[in-house]
Amino acid sequence: MSELHEQRSAVSLHGLSENDPHLQHKAKHPVLVERVVALNFVVGLVLVAGFGACYWVNAPAWTLGATMGGGLFFMGVGLVAWAKYLMARGPFVEERHTLASSQIERDAFAAAIVERGGAVVKRRKMLGGLLGGGLGVFGIVTLFPLIRSLGPLPKDTMFHTDWRKGSFLVDQTGRRVQQGDLAVGSIVTVFPEGTENTERGQAVDQTVLIRISNENFTTQKGRESWGPMGYLAYSKLCTHLGCPVGLYEQQLQLLVCPCHQSMFNVTNGAIPNFGPAPRPLPQLPLYIDAQGYLRAQSDYHVPVGPGFWERS
Amino acid sequence: MSSDVVKTKRAKREAMGPYGPLGKSLGELDDRLGIAKGGRTFLDKIFPDHWSFLLGEIALYSFIVLLATGVFLTLYYVPSQTMVTYHGSYLPLDGQKVTEAFASTVNLSFAVRAGLLMRQMHHWSCDIFIGSIVVHMARVFFTGAFRKPRELNWTIGVTLLTLAIVNGFLGYSLPDDLVSGTGIRIAYSIILSVPVVGTYLGFLVFGGNFPGTMVIPRFFILHVLIVPAIIVMLVTVHMVLLVRQKHTQFPGGGRTEKNVVGSPLFPVFTAKTTGFMFIVTGVTALLGAFAQINPIWQFGPYDAARISYAVQPDWYMGFLDGALRIFPSWEFTGFGHTIPLEVTIPSVIFPGLVFGLAYVWPALERMVTKDHAMHNLLDRPSNRPKRTAAGVAVLSALSMLFIASSTDVIANFFHMPLNTVLWLMRILVLISPFVAYPIAYKIAKEIQGTRGGGRRKTANVVTRTEEGEYVATAAPVYADDERHDLTPTEVPMFISPGEPEVDESGVRIIER
Repeated sequence: MSELHEQRSAVSLHGLSENDPHLQHKAKHPVLVERVVALNFVVGLVLVAGFGACYWVNAPAWTLGATMGGGLFFMGVGLVAWAKYLMARGPFVEERHTLASSQIERDAFAAAIVERGGAVVKRRKMLGGLLGGGLGVFGIVTLFPLIRSLGPLPKDTMFHTDWRKGSFLVDQTGRRVQQGDLAVGSIVTVFPEGTENTERGQAVDQTVLIRISNENFTTQKGRESWGPMGYLAYSKLCTHLGCPVGLYEQQLQLLVCPCHQSMFNVTNGAIPNFGPAPRPLPQLPLYIDAQGYLRAQSDYHVPVGPGFWERS
Repeated sequence: MSSDVVKTKRAKREAMGPYGPLGKSLGELDDRLGIAKGGRTFLDKIFPDHWSFLLGEIALYSFIVLLATGVFLTLYYVPSQTMVTYHGSYLPLDGQKVTEAFASTVNLSFAVRAGLLMRQMHHWSCDIFIGSIVVHMARVFFTGAFRKPRELNWTIGVTLLTLAIVNGFLGYSLPDDLVSGTGIRIAYSIILSVPVVGTYLGFLVFGGNFPGTMVIPRFFILHVLIVPAIIVMLVTVHMVLLVRQKHTQFPGGGRTEKNVVGSPLFPVFTAKTTGFMFIVTGVTALLGAFAQINPIWQFGPYDAARISYAVQPDWYMGFLDGALRIFPSWEFTGFGHTIPLEVTIPSVIFPGLVFGLAYVWPALERMVTKDHAMHNLLDRPSNRPKRTAAGVAVLSALSMLFIASSTDVIANFFHMPLNTVLWLMRILVLISPFVAYPIAYKIAKEIQGTRGGGRRKTANVVTRTEEGEYVATAAPVYADDERHDLTPTEVPMFISPGEPEVDESGVRIIER
């Protein structure tokens, strides 16, 4: 020990002697605990190294997680045990200082903002107003490009689909559906020809075609000509939240939405008889042309999908 | 310092001072930044010990896991809805038309070494993150830790929960698989349901009608940059406020409103909390290794016209999905407009009310109790039966809504008609808070009256006196149940305040 060191170790423990119970460990059997901690560290080390090995040889994915997770877990347990049983047990105390400042300091702070700052503006009201107005206008006009450019306006896109008078019904591969294609009780998803591979066709125009009999079928009054040869077409978008109404319960003749279990009766115009859907699925009027192809008489008469404000 | 030329190793070592090279570098740092005094105080900072204080740490560490694994994923994920033909190592999908987002997610799961592990860890740690926030929030609520002066930190916490849920949903949507795509479709319809501006909002968020081509790139930038940046910022403020206001503690054992009793930040708390971080990460990695989560290659790519059965969102969206399922179909039409109340109420107004209630609760409680005092000691939940019962009531209603998100699965499993399950869940959601409130209230009251709660009961020792009288006396408490805590003491390693020594070498003697 040099003289220098002696001088500089004028640092002493304050208040407590070195063998004060607060500074001792908590473990009753420190040697045992130390061994257990050491064991945890050894296992952790081996496993973490194993992660490297597993990665190197491109072992199955689970071995990577098992070695890394296990290694970290054992090291963590060891570290917590070390801290809990072998470090100074305490408890130690610290004073909680009052957060609030003195009244004078508070007043001084408030005065600086209100008087020093406020007085400047009060004396030059016009300047303050102009600056504030400028900043306000700037704030509003910057919102225009930020928000308005995000997307087009809806206009009337919510009110129509791509179904037109005479649209051919095609399945997902683009094949036109013919009169004899569907057996009674079967179902297929159809699109207006040309949209079967487009985003919009998939999302908006999707329609379920069901054959429920061999003869013309009327679902509601005024829809006498809509279901030629027992073919009925409904929008596949659930009127609740727009999930595809993908399940057909053949015996009960119900279309079921798997998202929130709305059920629509196919025979009466898809009026919902269960679940949260509020409206029937819109029905697409069909006809069969001279060559036996199924085609749409027109677009849907009402907007498809879930409700929105502009819908009347 | 002597002017001798330092030559020997030993002399060099001694020139470093008693704390060696590290001490010397710390000195150099202090010369420039003046960190010694504040740093020392910070290292001596006391953290109270209680198992329930670990819950927030789980949230913090799972967030770190999220950031680390998330950065890994961004290196391979492609946020694009451009259609490509999949030709990757997962053969069942070979030749299918999928989006680049989906293809890159499948590729990073199968073709990138450790990719699947990182993806599954990311998903698991998200579920753990939000779960631990909820449980941590419940701890803060039931022990009254949100009271003055900590209302601001409670507000930040509620915001963090909201952002975590939002970001969880955004990230869940990114793989563009069949299940997540359906989730986006539902989210779009929920936006549409907002009265007056809903359609415009939907078009602005999605860049047009659903699905468009913008939603995945937009969700991506929100998910990896904007929302995480806000979360990181708020977590930092959350921590700074915690340090500034100091942690709360339970009463007893020398703990008062004016002190903090526990372990010093360094080394005890640092070691414990670092160990805990390893454990949280380790458990997440084990889950990632052994518990499959979100196998998107089994769901297939998103196709707006397809759907799969038993679609459930991640657990934290469950209460919303449940509310949407059981709410009756009360659409409003009139004056040329439609308000889809069957969507607006359960998925916009209801969560707004729940989170709004959480935001205003501290003010509400202050208003009712007229309690404007500072509180650093925590409540035992049983000592605040009304608050406890109110919290239990809200949680039970939310739990019932969560269960209601699997009505179809329940109906299948128990072979019950779906209609029965639906009505059962409607009744349970409405009734459970009113049943839970009095039960929780009564239990809290009962616990208040119990002496020595939490200890094992001891036998009565019956003795016979000389007169033949039998006397029963309670046996002493079990030795294990007695806590032999020492009286708290100040952190001792502080430098003695004695005579400041100024020696010629110019060494600073630090004072408190």
